[in-house]
Amino acid sequence: MAKGVKPRVKVPKTAAAGEKITIKCLISHKMESGQRKDDDGNVIPRSIINRFTADFNGQNVIDVALEPAISTNPFFEFEAIVPESGEFTFTWYDDDGSVYDTSKKIEVS
Amino acid sequence: MKLSRRYVLMLSSASVAATAMGAIPAFASLTEDEIAKLTGGADMAEGGVTLTAPEIAENGNTVPIEVSAPGAVAITLFADGNPVPNVATFNFGPLSASRAASTRIRLAGTQNVIAIAKMEDGSFQKASANVKVTIGGCGG
Repeated sequence: MAKGVKPRVKVPKTAAAGEKITIKCLISHKMESGQRKDDDGNVIPRSIINRFTADFNGQNVIDVALEPAISTNPFFEFEAIVPESGEFTFTWYDDDGSVYDTSKKIEVS
Repeated sequence: MKLSRRYVLMLSSASVAATAMGAIPAFASLTEDEIAKLTGGADMAEGGVTLTAPEIAENGNTVPIEVSAPGAVAITLFADGNPVPNVATFNFGPLSASRAASTRIRLAGTQNVIAIAKMEDGSFQKASANVKVTIGGCGG
């Protein structure tokens, strides 16, 4: 597991039913592309997050396939519809098999 | 055989043309291969996708990119000057409000960023933007 991986997500705490809300997700990860070389000229092996998903109460919002061309500390911004109160789950899948996740509750009035 | 001046000139211009033909960057054809793999060689219309990218990016390590395509089920991003042209694929689920997303990508140098959206009816839409990069983002 890569060190210091910390997911950060911004979701509004409340929303109206059926409202469009903007979600911003950031995770600290070095996203080693597999193209760089160290001081001795050896290729540094690829180590990236290859998939990111966001779900709301078990229904998918967005599913992203990441390639090495995504920057360090991958950031995503997208919009979701919230039909009822519930919980967003965000999951990141690392090349080394680690899975990082976080969740955020939202109240719908 | 006597070599006339005209004949020599013709030969040299032909060889220059041949060299120019051979100088198509390898990365561009790689991108075309990847796009063909995605679309299955289907025709792509332009206009259904909006790709927002900076005209000039000072640092190729983090270039903010925004794509939006109403009615798309998936949007795939390509960068034709990168060693690996694929950048990311966004698959939109049932709770996605607008078929739009933004992220930050790496660009090795000045190149075209291409967005291909797969629409609900199975057709493909395309948009591209040229980004000038001052410092490349592939390390090395």
